[in-house]
Amino acid sequence: MERPIRVLVAKPGLDGHDRGAKVIARALRDAGMEVIYTGLRQTPEQIVNAAIQEDVDVVALSILSGAHNHLLPKVVELLKDEAVYDEMLVIGGGVIPDEDIPFLKEKGLAEIFTPGTPTQVTIDFIKGNLKRA
Amino acid sequence: MDLANRLLNQDKRAAARLITMIENNEPEAIAIISELYQHTGKARVIGITGPPGAGKSTLTDKLAKGLRRQGKTVAIIAIDPTSPFTGGSILGDRVRMTDLYTDPGIFIRSMGTRGHLGGLSRATMGAAKVLDIYGFDYIFIETVGVGQSEVDIVKAADTVLMVMVPGLGDDIQAIKAGIMEIGDVFVINKADREGADRTKVEIEMMLDFNHSDWRPPVTKAVAMENKGIDELIENIEAHMAYMVSSGGYLERRIKNCQAEIIELTQQSLLERLLGKEENRAEIRGLAEKAAMRQMDPYTISNQLLEKMV
Amino acid sequence: MFEKEKLDQQKEKDKGWNENKVEKVLSKFPERRKQFVTGSNLKVKRLYTPADVEALDYDGDLGYPGQYPFTRGVQPTMYRGKFWTMRQYAGFATAEESNKRYKYLLEQGQTGLSVAFDLPTQIGYDSDHSLSEGEVGKVGVAIDSLKDMEILFDGIPLDKVSTSMTINAPASVLLAMYIAVAEKQGVAADQLRGTIQNDILKEYIARGTYIFPTAPSMRLITDIFEYCSQEVPNWNTISISGYHIREAGSSAVQEVAFTLANGIAYVEAAIKAGLDVDTFAPRLSFFFNAHNDLLEEVAKFRAARRLWAKIMKERFKAKSEKSMQLKFHTQTGGSTLTAQQPDNNIVRVAIQTLAAVLGGTQSLHTNSKDEALALPTEDSVRIALRTQQIVAYESGVAETIDPLAGSFYIENLTNTIEQEAMAYIEKIDALGGSPQAIEKGFIQKEIMDSSYEYQKQIESGDRIVVGMNKFQVKEAAPKGLLRVDPSVGELQKDKIRQLKAERDNSLTEAKLAELRKAAVGTENLMPFILEAVRAYATLGEVCGVLREVFGEYQQSVIL
Repeated sequence: MERPIRVLVAKPGLDGHDRGAKVIARALRDAGMEVIYTGLRQTPEQIVNAAIQEDVDVVALSILSGAHNHLLPKVVELLKDEAVYDEMLVIGGGVIPDEDIPFLKEKGLAEIFTPGTPTQVTIDFIKGNLKRA
Repeated sequence: MDLANRLLNQDKRAAARLITMIENNEPEAIAIISELYQHTGKARVIGITGPPGAGKSTLTDKLAKGLRRQGKTVAIIAIDPTSPFTGGSILGDRVRMTDLYTDPGIFIRSMGTRGHLGGLSRATMGAAKVLDIYGFDYIFIETVGVGQSEVDIVKAADTVLMVMVPGLGDDIQAIKAGIMEIGDVFVINKADREGADRTKVEIEMMLDFNHSDWRPPVTKAVAMENKGIDELIENIEAHMAYMVSSGGYLERRIKNCQAEIIELTQQSLLERLLGKEENRAEIRGLAEKAAMRQMDPYTISNQLLEKMV
Repeated sequence: MFEKEKLDQQKEKDKGWNENKVEKVLSKFPERRKQFVTGSNLKVKRLYTPADVEALDYDGDLGYPGQYPFTRGVQPTMYRGKFWTMRQYAGFATAEESNKRYKYLLEQGQTGLSVAFDLPTQIGYDSDHSLSEGEVGKVGVAIDSLKDMEILFDGIPLDKVSTSMTINAPASVLLAMYIAVAEKQGVAADQLRGTIQNDILKEYIARGTYIFPTAPSMRLITDIFEYCSQEVPNWNTISISGYHIREAGSSAVQEVAFTLANGIAYVEAAIKAGLDVDTFAPRLSFFFNAHNDLLEEVAKFRAARRLWAKIMKERFKAKSEKSMQLKFHTQTGGSTLTAQQPDNNIVRVAIQTLAAVLGGTQSLHTNSKDEALALPTEDSVRIALRTQQIVAYESGVAETIDPLAGSFYIENLTNTIEQEAMAYIEKIDALGGSPQAIEKGFIQKEIMDSSYEYQKQIESGDRIVVGMNKFQVKEAAPKGLLRVDPSVGELQKDKIRQLKAERDNSLTEAKLAELRKAAVGTENLMPFILEAVRAYATLGEVCGVLREVFGEYQQSVIL
């Protein structure tokens, strides 16, 4: 049996705009994945604890508050501290200016999906870049 | 360190990984649990069930917090349905438990039903064993609704908590067949709503038909406002105490193990029968004969059974 | 509106036109698509004729501007008297920076202020709270205490401007600070004009900046209604918002339905708290979104006005006409802006501006072209404001009232939206009202379904967004985006430290203790909050006390 890909969809930061997170959650479900949805206002610590306990393949972070340069690298850092970063693909999405993307990638985000990205692009990226079989 | 040792050393990552492997039915994980089986049996397993929308997740969250205040550690297995069409699922129970995330004495795991026959209860029971070995004091298994597969899952618990809500009306009638009798402790959640007292009376009336020594207590709660939680924990403890003092505890665990053994064997037999392409082809061929009345299904079934055992 | 005999003849002609003309053309030249739909998926026919509005009764359904059922507008002269209030939502970083932006906007001819607060402020945390890390001053201005508020409105006479504040869960605290700043300027509370958003139900549904559970939140809201009806009579005590519901992906019908359902819940709560409907209802205001489907949006605004008038008159037995008038602010749809080819957004905003004006809005915020990328720059804010001014002064649409009335399509669509919205409201009533429907996740699920459907239409190419899924070009990354200085967080922390060193801490403590006592009881909390902010209690301290007494809301997510 092919095992389903497990994805944590989380919203770090304080903004309540979860339309994007919910749309991507549904799209990943419809692509056959198991999506663990954590709701709003998650701290990096909460996200990392959830990622570990749920043993996910992917951590997908949606943020629109403008605090991405602070919060997204923090999540990666904590995943590294817990020695699970090598097994988890970390991606981000939301209102993130293009000029911030190189910085975020350097900090360990595998990809950043900005508004207007078709959900299929995200799905294909996940399928093609999983860190463990 | 290998997974088994890491689990014994309370490494949450190892616990999480082992649960994944069990969900995926990997033999290595089964071997580890077999090896560590003597470390299981210490945790109290509580099954939490009730109709959708009864507020089971919020209640679970508050129960966990209540037990944490008493210094107990709690693991939660929350089950959500998998889409039969895409095989995907959205597991959203964590949303109602967010402030538990960073508590080191808590472990939450979401599971999809994944639609495989009997596989869900095998996976949840396997996961419960992993968390038991890890050393959690309590393991909550929270189901989606009140269908037959949920009944199978919560039956394996030491205590079954039935969560009801006011105004179920006819739904209670529907639920009672087959499921009311598995409840050891009842709670009416969202009891600030109209009709809570009537629902309580209705449940009590139904329980009047129960003639065993343990009379399931029925209390009211408003989980959102943290009301009625301590009383509920007391009732769960009381059930446990009764089970121990009456000797029912061991009897229940024997029964549960018996059910598990039968189910595992049944699963293995089925897998042995249907796991191989050639077997499936053979059955197809025999079915053709049956359809054309060249053979009868009774004889075919007997033949297959003899061949396998 | 039409004679029966003539109407029957008309229907025959419609049929004839279809059979003789249309069918012939279709056989050779099929139309672009099988089914045409509006921006939110209502079916659109090829042609609308009198037959599509046959039951329309002019007096009963449309009436005159300023008269029940207010379909054509809430005032008798509308924009011939004065234009809508041009009100650009602004605020970022510190109170000092935002104060500069407000003064700039007033110089540019803007006629009202609209304050955007940062997320920690909206959720009742001070800038030095651990959850505020990285968020201070990002999406709006950081306000920690009365000190910040004094700086925010420095040199702006509060008896001369009207101020709208996008604040919900801690609305009472920010309103109290505004009143206290006015006092210091020598302006009495009864001279203050403006609006607080104060709409917690849509926060639960769509926007997410909630703090307290439903019951205490509703109490805070009705406390404000009561307090303002006596002390701040010209203040709009709530702005019941469909804007964010639409941004979350709802249809136009859902926007009207869920907003008015929330409105019903507030009115019921206030009546239950013992207020007479006509004392507070005239101060209720609404806030809608303007999307790209021009005609659907115009119909939506008209339908909302008519439906609310009926609800207030028939359901709540309001006697004052003012209680029945749905007055609303509009913001152009943020989610319609594309990050691709951002200049195209100027055109979208212009269309949306027309929709709002043709729909009879009382005030309008136009989005800036770069808002899909970051906070707007001063230049792009100016273009957005100019868009409103061009529509006002050059387009001619403001010279007569409700100019699209009587269009067969518009009237038909107005009826459809009203009826479908009413059907939703009935469903919500059956679930026990909007708070229960939210708790059950019904409203969120309905919005989510629309939003996902929309996304699928875009991905399949069934719906075209110019520059995004068609007519794309290779673009260089945009430059010159506004960035908030990351040191704002530290700056605010310093200010809090200084404040706590300078203020009379025993007085602050005493006022907070009084507030706590009142919160446990049933008294109106506004006077206690006002006392606390006068004593320079911080926003986080006031909300902290209330959090302890009330607890926090837990989200209900149905995906």
